[in-house]
Order: sequence, then structure tokens, then C-alpha cells
Amino acid sequence: MSILPLVALVGNPNAGKSALFNALTGARQKVGNYPGVTVERHSGRLALDDGRPIELVDLPGTYSLDPSSPDEQVTRDVLFGKQAGERRPDALIVVVDAANLDLHLRFALQLIALGLPVVIALNMVDLAERDGLTLSPEALSRELGVPVIPTVAVRKRGLDVLRAALTAAVEGSATRAPRDPSAADQPIAALQRRARELSKAATLSETPTRRWNHALDTVALHPVAGPILLVALMFVMFQAVFSWSEAPIGWIEGGFAALDEAIRGALPDNLLRSMLTDGLIAGVGAVVVFLPQILILFTFILVLEASGYMVRAAFLMDRMMAGVGLSGRAFIPLLSSFACAVPGIMATRTISDEKDRLTTILIAPLMTCSARLPVYTIIIGAFIPNTAVAPGVGLQGLVLLGLYIAGILGAFVAALVLRRTVTKGDSSGFMMEMPKYQMPRLSDIAIGLWSRALIFLKRAGTIIAATTVVLWLLLSFPQAPEGESQVNYSVAGRIASGIEVVVAPIGFNRDISLALIPAMAAREVAVAAIGTVYAIDDVENAAGEKSIIDNLQHRWSLPTALAFLMWFVFAPQCISTIAITRRETNGWKWPLFMVGYLFAAAYIMAGITYWLAVAAGL
Amino acid sequence: MLAPASLPLESLPVRRPATITTIAWDRLAAPEARRLREFGFEVGVHVEILHRAALFRGPVACRIGRMTVALRRNVAAAITVMAD
Repeated sequence: MSILPLVALVGNPNAGKSALFNALTGARQKVGNYPGVTVERHSGRLALDDGRPIELVDLPGTYSLDPSSPDEQVTRDVLFGKQAGERRPDALIVVVDAANLDLHLRFALQLIALGLPVVIALNMVDLAERDGLTLSPEALSRELGVPVIPTVAVRKRGLDVLRAALTAAVEGSATRAPRDPSAADQPIAALQRRARELSKAATLSETPTRRWNHALDTVALHPVAGPILLVALMFVMFQAVFSWSEAPIGWIEGGFAALDEAIRGALPDNLLRSMLTDGLIAGVGAVVVFLPQILILFTFILVLEASGYMVRAAFLMDRMMAGVGLSGRAFIPLLSSFACAVPGIMATRTISDEKDRLTTILIAPLMTCSARLPVYTIIIGAFIPNTAVAPGVGLQGLVLLGLYIAGILGAFVAALVLRRTVTKGDSSGFMMEMPKYQMPRLSDIAIGLWSRALIFLKRAGTIIAATTVVLWLLLSFPQAPEGESQVNYSVAGRIASGIEVVVAPIGFNRDISLALIPAMAAREVAVAAIGTVYAIDDVENAAGEKSIIDNLQHRWSLPTALAFLMWFVFAPQCISTIAITRRETNGWKWPLFMVGYLFAAAYIMAGITYWLAVAAGL
Repeated sequence: MLAPASLPLESLPVRRPATITTIAWDRLAAPEARRLREFGFEVGVHVEILHRAALFRGPVACRIGRMTVALRRNVAAAITVMAD
């Protein structure tokens, strides 16, 4: 295959670059990685007017050619042809926010000075108009000496004209500014003055507005109302995770129960039937029922992010984060970690300070991820009565909130200690552009949810299915003679006896010891594992959440259950998190440190919980 | 009426337009100073405080051009402005 011409999309953060990339390439996208660094490479195919295909690559957003994070370094290196695994682009599409020309044109000037053919996408012109700005793309084009195309990426407006201009640029027939390497390194202040002049020349009329945006911020950033709104949003989010998911969980349970019934009816009582029902269906079913809760949680996070509220939350949280040596910027990765620590840890790339970033990575697993929800829900369901403490506020939801708060407090204490010991250093400060509020687009949220659901179901279908089958094997062999407990007699039972010695002081019984082994693969497997243990031990009843809860209530004491919950607040039980930490910190030192300190914290905290609960006579 | 006096951006009342008169670059860490320049902060530029996270002296939201930027108090204290 011949090498396609390469065009790079480049611009400031919040210019709508990714939306333009999506609009231009549609579904023909590929997400990869730049070799040696942990920055994602988004590329896609696009057909020019003459039908010739080109490759379009979406470079990380940056404010200048002076990088201050690994992401921004990639953008600079690609533009200078120094990035391993990437050739120098043949042309650039520079994306600028029409409503913020002062700032965005300065970077555009630096990019034009690189001497590559450039097409400027004057993006989000509709929002600029609503802001009271009337712009002249022609005047701007005259001043800059390159084509300027007004676009509205999210409505696919201006794309044909952009493609035509791009065709000319790739063919080399478009006008090209003379290469001026010194301009790329001109003092920022000089470029900024030029950008302001250009912006003035391109602005036909301007009426200051943005009233509604300011009105929203007056509430969202209010010294008193702001934090209350944030806490209320978080509370609604966690209540919704429980109450909205009831019906869909019922349907999924019904489906698995029917499947279980069908197999029991179709097969004679043999090992294969036991493996399918007690192993696979009990294990996978126990995890898949949590899909609705995970999707509800992700919906909230995606909407908060897309609307622009997340940065406001970072603003409100900055003071608190500064207290433990972090910045408000760490709030976004940490909130993402409530869904899953893996994207959360990846989101720390936007933190420029190395020590700050490392601390955020190390505490991210303490944010209660969605994989813990199955564990929490089932234990809470079995041991905490479903009573209302106030209208609309259930005790179960309150206990769940308490577990989330325990994780957050744990993270704060950990950050405080880490910043004074292993990640000691100056505070990195907090300076962040606050984007305009936007109505989240349904299709973007749907795409985000769909990919999350796929990842979860893939895990359920692979890691979780495999570990539950292996666990079933370990539990079922060797087969116990008449009168002996199968679980105690099995290989797994014998391994668990060894672990039990270590965890018995903190109130953990044999079932938990058993569940801890496969739960190393992924936390939610703990539920599946307990489900499998009881399905094998309790031959009378069909597998399912109902039977797990019944068994739990009979076999566990309340202090044990509480200690188990506390263990999961801290325990680093997830291979994916350990793997992503290794990748993001380029070595084994930090992931091993993370595993060590989290296990120690889990053991101590579960122990304290157990001893206190026993002492309180629970 | 008193002549308009210089004051740190940090102390500027909310929604009072002002012009930057000096920036004490030496009081800022290098990455902070660079990011501040990238956002367009320099002498002669118009700014306005939109919001303050008043609790325990949290950050301020500052309008510059058509953009809003969150700054910590120590940074806002290094910028001197004159109310317009």
C-alpha cells in the first residue's frame, strides 16, 4: 500500500478539534498509541474531492509549541517531524474557536510559521454569533495568507468547503506562508499582540453577551450554593445508581434464571451441567446484573464532562485538593476513577507536574470504581435493612455513600502522606481555562456508553467467565467423599485454608479467603466467586443473587460483612489498574509500591472495622 | 473623587473591569508564568474577576478576552491592576 498523505488536526484545547475530527472521518477511525509514550494516537481516513484518500491524525490540544505535558510534547514532536512512529504531516488543519480568536490565533500564527500548507477551520461560528460576534473569514484569510473556512463541526457545517481547501493544500497549489522558523519561537507577548490585531481586523461587530453562561456560573461557582450543588449532584448520582437500576436488574436476573432453568431441564445431573450452571451462569450472571448501575454512573460522568460542569467542580474543589498537596485539576481524573481507575489514571496525563500526577495515579484506585459496586451492593443488600431514614433517603444508599466517602477520605490521607514523603515537591498550582457550558449531545453520550458497556461485557465474557470456570474446577476437585464438605475438601478450599490464617484476625472467613484469590483479576469477580462457592455448597437451590444473599445472611456475621466492605474500599484488586499504572509510570516501581501500600491499608482498615464492630456488639 | 489606584487582581471587586499594570513574573513558578502568558496575561490587557471561591480563599475565575480562566490566589496576587 502506498503511503497516504498525512494531514494533522491541531489547535488549542476547547476548540472543538475532536468534534471536527469525528465529523470528517465518521466511523473510519483508529485509536492507537505513539511508541514509547502513553499518548493515544487518533487517526482516520478521509476522501478528498478527487476521491484520493488521505490520513487524518488528531493531535492533542495545546496552547503553544512549548509543551508542558506528555500530550503536548507529542504535538510538538509530530509538527517538527521528530515523533517516533509518525511522519511529518503534509498539511495542517488548524482549528480555532471563532468566539476566542485572541487566544487561538496566537497559536495559529506559530503553526502557520512552521511553513506547512495550512487550512484554518474557524470552528463553532454558530456559538460565536450567539455570543454577539460577527466575523469576516475573508478578512482573516487576507491577513493570514491562508484559507479560513467557517465550520460548525457538531452540525457538520462547512465540511465540504473545508475538504476542497484541504485538497488544494495537499496538492500544494494553495498559497503557503513562507517558512519562518523564528516566528515559531517569537516571544509569546509579540505573537499575542499580533493575534489581537488580527482578531480586531476580522471582527465586524461585537456585542458583549454570554449572559446565560455567567448566570449559570453565578450559581455553580457561588461560595455557598456551588458546593451545595456539587454535593447534591453527587448524592443524586449515587441514589440514581441504586433506584433507577432496580427494574433492568430484575430483567437480567430473570434472563439468567431462565437460562439456568433451561439447562437444568435439558441436561442430566452431571459435571458438565454443574460447570455450566454452578460455574459459568452463577459467576457471569452475578456480574452482568450490575451493568445497569455501571451505565447509570457513566451516564452522569459523561454528561457532567460534556456539559462543561466538570471544570467548575475542579474550581470548587481546588482549595480542598490544595490542602492535601494536589490541585483542582486532579479532581477530573479522580471523578472518572469512580467509574473505573483505568480511564482515570489515563486522564492524569493532563496534569503537567510530574509529582502531582504520580500522587494522583497512586490514589486513583481509592476512588470507588464501578467494579466495586457489585461487591458493595450484594453485601449491603444482605446486611443493611432497606429502611428509609428520611423521605427518599434510604439507609442502604446512605451506607453506600459512606463507603464512597471512606474511599475519598482514604485518598486524601494517602495524598497528604505521599506528598510529604515519596512524592515530595512544590505545589504545581492551578490554572485552567473554564469552557463555556454546552448542551451535551445525545449521540456523544450514547457512543461513550456503548463503548463502556462493550468493555464491561467483554470482561464478563472473558476474564470473569474464565476465572469462574477455573474456580469451579478448583472447587469441584478432588471430589469429596460422602459426608465431607465439598468446599473444604477441594483444592481451592485447601488454598483458602492457608490464606485464612492470615486474614482470620480481621474477621474474614473461608468463603472470603476463597473469593480473594480470583478477585485479584477483577474486583467484581469476588461476587461471582462467592456465588460459585455457594452454588457448589448449596445444591438444593438454583444459583442467583437471591441464593447468594440468603447464604450470606446465614454464614457471615455483621462485623465480617463490614470488614469485607472496608477491605474493598482499599484493596488494589484489579490487574488492569496495576497494568495501566506500570504503563503510565514506565516501570514496576510505582505499581508495586501502590499494591503494597493499598494492601497494607486494606488489612489495617478492615481489621479496625471488624474489631470495633465486635466491640460494639454488632 | 479619588484617582483610581493600583491594586492586586486578587483584591479587585467582582465584576469590576480593570487593566493590568504590572505582573511580578519573578513571583511565579516557571510553568505557571508560561501558562499565564499563554492565556494572554500581559500589561495593558483588560481583565475582570467573575467569581471567587470564597471558602478558605479558593481560586478566582478571571475573564480575559472572551475567555474565563481559573487562577489561584497567589497568582492573582502577583498581578497588579488599575480599575477602569
